[in-house]
Amino acid sequence: MSNQPKIRLDRVGKTYPGTKTPAVEELTLDVHEGEILVLVGPSGCGKSTTLRLINRMIEPSTGSILLDGEDVTKVNPDKLRRRIGYVIQQIGLFPHQTISQNIATVPKMLGWDKERIREQVETLLTAVGLDPDVYRDRFPKELSGGQAQRVGVARALGADPDIMLMDEPFGAIDPITRDRLQNEFLRVQAELHKTIVFVTHDIDEAIKMGDRIAILGDRSTIRQIDTPERILAYPVDEFVDDFIGAGSTIKGLNFLEVGSLKQIDYPTMTTSESPEIGVSRLDEAYQEWLVLLDDARRPIRWVRREDLAGHTPLGNESGEPVGDKLRTDDTLFHALELMVQSAAGQTIVIDAQGAYAGVVDTTHLNQAIRRAQREARLHYEELEANS
Amino acid sequence: MEALGNWFTYVQDNFSYIMEATLDHARLVLVVVVAATVFSVLLGVFVHRRPVLRVVALTISGILLTIPSLAMFALFIPIFGIGNPPAMVALFLYAILPILRNTVTGLDSVPPAVVESAKGMGMSSAQQLVRVKLPLAWPVIMTGVRISTLLVVSIAAIAVLVGGDGLGTYIQAGLTRLGLPNAANSVWVGVVFTVLLGLVLDIVLAIVQRLTTPRGLRA
Repeated sequence: MSNQPKIRLDRVGKTYPGTKTPAVEELTLDVHEGEILVLVGPSGCGKSTTLRLINRMIEPSTGSILLDGEDVTKVNPDKLRRRIGYVIQQIGLFPHQTISQNIATVPKMLGWDKERIREQVETLLTAVGLDPDVYRDRFPKELSGGQAQRVGVARALGADPDIMLMDEPFGAIDPITRDRLQNEFLRVQAELHKTIVFVTHDIDEAIKMGDRIAILGDRSTIRQIDTPERILAYPVDEFVDDFIGAGSTIKGLNFLEVGSLKQIDYPTMTTSESPEIGVSRLDEAYQEWLVLLDDARRPIRWVRREDLAGHTPLGNESGEPVGDKLRTDDTLFHALELMVQSAAGQTIVIDAQGAYAGVVDTTHLNQAIRRAQREARLHYEELEANS
Repeated sequence: MEALGNWFTYVQDNFSYIMEATLDHARLVLVVVVAATVFSVLLGVFVHRRPVLRVVALTISGILLTIPSLAMFALFIPIFGIGNPPAMVALFLYAILPILRNTVTGLDSVPPAVVESAKGMGMSSAQQLVRVKLPLAWPVIMTGVRISTLLVVSIAAIAVLVGGDGLGTYIQAGLTRLGLPNAANSVWVGVVFTVLLGLVLDIVLAIVQRLTTPRGLRA
């Protein structure tokens, strides 16, 4: 089978001795190779338990866990865990060991030779943004929270596992540092392509980190599992809608790019062209405004018919300033922000070279959102029809 | 002033005998403390995660410490006869509680997240114990060892009553001929050298503790 999931939970359940209701009830879940799957849900829904079932920190009561199609439900759990990186919120660095000893933990257990371990420590520290020469021989107590969690991530990557389990790894870190760590982690992941299961209770973190998100309800039942775009565009039920909370549409704008919008084609003229040409173009387009460009076709001013009447060469003083510009690869979220600020409710778009590419306004955003919602709805209708 | 001078003269005259008794005393203490450390740390590790056994072990070793030392020493004469053996057994029993309690406390104080991450990285139970838990608990365990050492140094002076040797011989010799010349000097030799021995051993152990505490844990 070519499309074999990296991790498959097959009807996995956990019931603690002495309790009747299971903590996790018959969960079936596939994690694809190279993706970040985020498990998100209200506290007490069993998302951490689910994560810990994968490396058997908690032994499942029922069902089986398959890695690369191999059933690991009965193999030696210590050997299993050495193949899986594990990061927890409280980090749990070994305080009696240096940073490099901490990172070398799993490689040492696997019997790597000294030189290889030394190189690996160097590579990993660099990857998480810590200078090896500065941090290698430090002790955990000499690190800030953000630095310690970077080391925690480096340690989990120690023996280059294919799979990483991360249990609210950035949960105890101040918002600014958290944002930085999230970005850095995404950058590292873009290079390493690990298969990652990531637990959080923060929907915004889930949206930011996840290639796919599984929204979990009581007893770790999956309420919806999909890409963040689709979940935001089409929450399947009230539970999911409540959980993603207010502003889901606005959050969804983060996943759409300005380049995908249909743009208004305003007339343009360059500073070297005569104002008469501008007037005739306005007439042709039935427009009131045109965009004045410099010789490299970069927009410099908004110009009105009256501004063209003076017959003087047009320059930086003519008409109105163009204000902030959007690039085709900006998100619609950013576009919305600029439009809300601009007087006309519309914004000029430029391409990567800075040349004029078009103009967008709020109705375009509206169309884009409706299109995304329609596509998501069709997708779910199709799923239902096929099932 | 005169009494003090008199005492120093006495110490000088008998110095080699006093040193011999001090060394005997130290040997007794060290054998007992080493044995008690090995035993109590192993016991502590064993009972740490077993709530019932843990209470039982701590209670019994606590009760042992409350048995009057005179009686404790005498209790073992029928089994081990006269001499150092019954004294060592009695001292051993006294030394257990501080080390056992500190072992358990030290293991308790290992942050759960550290153990969780050790386990999560695939360390076996034995590896978690040897590479993580014991090194982290070690400073606390060593504090227990130091307390036990001081305790044993002081109580070992009673070993003389069951035929053991050590500095207790000077105290007993002095007390049995109180009023006679040098009786008080003899008692004071026993007291002062016991205290000095305790101090020296404590300093030595403090250095050992410092050297064996991993650098990342030092304050």
